[in-house]
Amino acid sequence: MNNPENLRYTKDHEWVSIQDKTATIGITDFAQRELGDIVYVEVETIGKSLAAGAVFGTVEAVKTVSDLFLPVSGTITELNPDLANTPELVNTDPYGRGWMIRMTVDNPADVSNLLDAKGYESVTG
Amino acid sequence: MKHTPFTQKHISLGAKMVEFAGYNMPISYSGINEEHAAVRRNAGVFDVSHMGEFILKGENALELIQRVTSNDASKLIAGHAQYSCLPNEKGGIVDDLLVYCIEENKVYMLVVNASNIEKDWNWISRHNSKKVEMHNISDKTCLLAVQGPNATRILQQLTDIDILNLKYYTFVKGKFAGIDNVLISATGYTGAGGVEIYFENAGDAADKIWDAIFKAGEAEGIKPIGLAARDTLRLEMGYCLYGNDIDDVTSPLEAGLGWITKFNKEFTAREILENQKKEGIQKKLVGFEMIDRGIPRHGYEIKDQMGAAIGVVTSGTQSPTLGKAIGMGYVRTAYAAIDTPIFIKVRDKLLQAKVAKIPFS
Repeated sequence: MNNPENLRYTKDHEWVSIQDKTATIGITDFAQRELGDIVYVEVETIGKSLAAGAVFGTVEAVKTVSDLFLPVSGTITELNPDLANTPELVNTDPYGRGWMIRMTVDNPADVSNLLDAKGYESVTG
Repeated sequence: MKHTPFTQKHISLGAKMVEFAGYNMPISYSGINEEHAAVRRNAGVFDVSHMGEFILKGENALELIQRVTSNDASKLIAGHAQYSCLPNEKGGIVDDLLVYCIEENKVYMLVVNASNIEKDWNWISRHNSKKVEMHNISDKTCLLAVQGPNATRILQQLTDIDILNLKYYTFVKGKFAGIDNVLISATGYTGAGGVEIYFENAGDAADKIWDAIFKAGEAEGIKPIGLAARDTLRLEMGYCLYGNDIDDVTSPLEAGLGWITKFNKEFTAREILENQKKEGIQKKLVGFEMIDRGIPRHGYEIKDQMGAAIGVVTSGTQSPTLGKAIGMGYVRTAYAAIDTPIFIKVRDKLLQAKVAKIPFS
């Protein structure tokens, strides 16, 4: 499993990258593999202030649908515009062009409490 | 969990494995969309050895089949197969199945869904008042579906039997890839053409046939296909999946299976079904496509413009071939006409859809 060392992870299979107060969030390589071909990422919570663990959207794959959980508290500012026409970027480049949202986090220290790559790998076995 | 003779092949090919009907089965290999496209455009191989096969033998075999199934099996001549269903006493469906006529009035093979093997066996046995010889050969029977426009051309390299010209819903038995007694049937669950191959799991037959097919199809790029793409392929065609679109409480007439329900003979729940036909059905299985963006899933509610409940989704997916979301579901008969606007409740939203013709296009 190839999970970048510079990211933080949740047991719900999301990754977080933070710069100052802005976090970029996506789903992990493990998650995209489990879901299979992704056809639609729906996020209708832009501008909303949400608590960690809240459902901020859903990801629809051909066979299944899965909720997306916010890793840390904050306000979602942006949905990756490329996903509207090319949702398969989540499959082909989960840690890069397949990112899902950007958000302003309430407390940047929350991010460092998330799992590191090694901790996440123990979740996925 | 049970295994098929091909389980190790799937694992060594890197398939994602899941438990399905008690069997360890490949759900996908390279990805659903890619596998789906391979079958529509080229050729793909499905291991469907989990399916059940029963042999019914003897002078009363046909009579038993006629009593328990809805279609008219007396029309079958040797080498022909038909789609049928086993109605229950209330006019619901025990299972849908294929009936193969091996020898007229003497030997038949029934092919049933893996999840219903035991239920079907018990059901048919219960109606077997004239002691028809019955054999459950499910555990020793391999079944590979080789589907796609190039499937028969690839397979023709492996046999002297003419499979290129095998007519839809007919079959032949013979030597295939060096193995005797292989039954090759021009049937399938994809709408892409091709055949299904039944043979006994004896010696190294399973390995030999699997390897021969992939070798013969190597130049063409034949691919192994998982159950996920099998589902999207059948759904594009509007084929029913037992447990999703049809079950113990749905009537074959409601499910659009009137064409396999023949009232020129006696069978279970014939009266109930004939009455339904006379008086009209209350709900009907229809295909629909999404207009708003969203994917319908089994169990989602179907509503009218005013938000009143009119039905339920039984199957849904993003169609890999058509690039749009499609589904099937039961709606009140008044809403069953093509192009009728309907609404699907996806999470907390009502998304617009319209009734569409199946096969989807």
